[in-house]
Amino acid sequence: MLIRKTHSVASDGKGEGIAMPNVHRRTFLKYAGMGAAILTAGSISSCSSDDDDDGTGVSLGNGDVAVLNYAFALEQLEAAFYTQVVATPYSGISAVELDLLTDIRNHEIAHREFFKKALAGSAIPSLAVDFSTVNFTSRDSVLATAKAFEDLGVSAYNGAGRYIKTADYLVLAGKIVSVEARHAALIRDLISNGSFATDTDANGLDYVRTPAEVFAIAGTYIKTVINANTLPK
Amino acid sequence: MNLQNIFSEIEKTDPEIYQRLDTRRDAMKQFRNIGRLLALSAIPLALGSMFKKAYGRTPQDVLGVLNYALTLEYLEAEYYSTAITKDIFPTPASKGAFTTIANHENAHVALLKSAITAAGGTPVNKPTFDFTAGGNFAPFTDYPTLLILAQAFEDTGVRAYKGKATVLMENPDVLTVALRIHSVEARHAAHLRYMRRNLSSAPQPNLKPWITNADNDVAAIQAVYAGEDNEVQGGVTITNIATEVKKEDATEAFDEFLTDTQVLNIAKLFIAS
Repeated sequence: MLIRKTHSVASDGKGEGIAMPNVHRRTFLKYAGMGAAILTAGSISSCSSDDDDDGTGVSLGNGDVAVLNYAFALEQLEAAFYTQVVATPYSGISAVELDLLTDIRNHEIAHREFFKKALAGSAIPSLAVDFSTVNFTSRDSVLATAKAFEDLGVSAYNGAGRYIKTADYLVLAGKIVSVEARHAALIRDLISNGSFATDTDANGLDYVRTPAEVFAIAGTYIKTVINANTLPK
Repeated sequence: MNLQNIFSEIEKTDPEIYQRLDTRRDAMKQFRNIGRLLALSAIPLALGSMFKKAYGRTPQDVLGVLNYALTLEYLEAEYYSTAITKDIFPTPASKGAFTTIANHENAHVALLKSAITAAGGTPVNKPTFDFTAGGNFAPFTDYPTLLILAQAFEDTGVRAYKGKATVLMENPDVLTVALRIHSVEARHAAHLRYMRRNLSSAPQPNLKPWITNADNDVAAIQAVYAGEDNEVQGGVTITNIATEVKKEDATEAFDEFLTDTQVLNIAKLFIAS
């Protein structure tokens, strides 16, 4: 994935590439600041590190909308991954493993659809994913990828909490992140029993990542160009 | 209490404190004169209401949450440390899991105490715990019970932190620490639930790392799962939001919070004094 860094949007909202449509917003987004622009979702499969300045890519919007769209992007990625895992189970999968992975798929779909509905007209479009680095026939490859995604999700929500301005959204993020942490623990235990929480720091604290750090990891798996420069910093 | 010093200290980190409180900056600087007229006991109250006006929250609110969290962490830390001392674990793996968790809870206690002290507060003292809850449980002689209470404490801890996140919004650094503890507690809960699912002496095949509806197989800890069967989030009905998402998926996909009253009602069963 290519994260394009653009110039700052002018305060009058007329920054190049950032449309400000007069979207009828639902009550849910009453306090969320400006609505997001829906831009053309590119299907650029190259992951070049060009740092061009043309403002293209899917805008996440501003303020709380940007944070929610950020979460929506990650949930899309996770849901697409587990959908594939369940559709083409790895070699030697047990009934229990398939049952638990199907649960996780359903949770991620629930999260994805929740954000889609909640964001309504401000939601980013469906993202194109790239799982070419994953071998879906291999338990090791699938579980290693699942572990990376779940730990990434936990770290992303933990890092995004401070940017959320609307109390109700923080509560919702909190309701989701602990489920992601439960997923992470289970996946880790499937890989190596007892490794459910062995990567905490010396204070017993879980992962935390900034959006930039998260996109640097997630970028391998997202083909759609996302313009993340409106995320709060 | 020297009000003038307090305000000049605040002004160092928040130059706009006077504007936040009142546009008449000079009038605010005269507050110390008003203070002399107030009964001494009323000054903290007056200050508290001023902070409320400036920030929406008082530092006391944040300290209150930290001490609330500390009380829970005391309970957990003592529980796991006692379990390791009693050592009734059937396998090295189960002792290893408890050791991992004990280390985290002890670290959380130390971290919260130092955070409270650094914020100018006083950490609450550790209560005296009774993990038999008046003779109703035998966690340190019966291994399945040891796991049941551990699961209850972790699932409660997750819900307790979740319920207090919004109080910490005014202090992003404290909020981030709380979130990072919160997700570790969820990892603990998931592992303990999985341990109980696979327990050879008393397996719970319906128990998953996540919470289904408000289901729970132990009546004595049902309060921990009150409200977990919620199917509506932010006004959006989650059940059937997609063909894959049944009611149990909808309830599993979102963990609910508990109020402090609910949490303290659970915790006080195990607090002797």
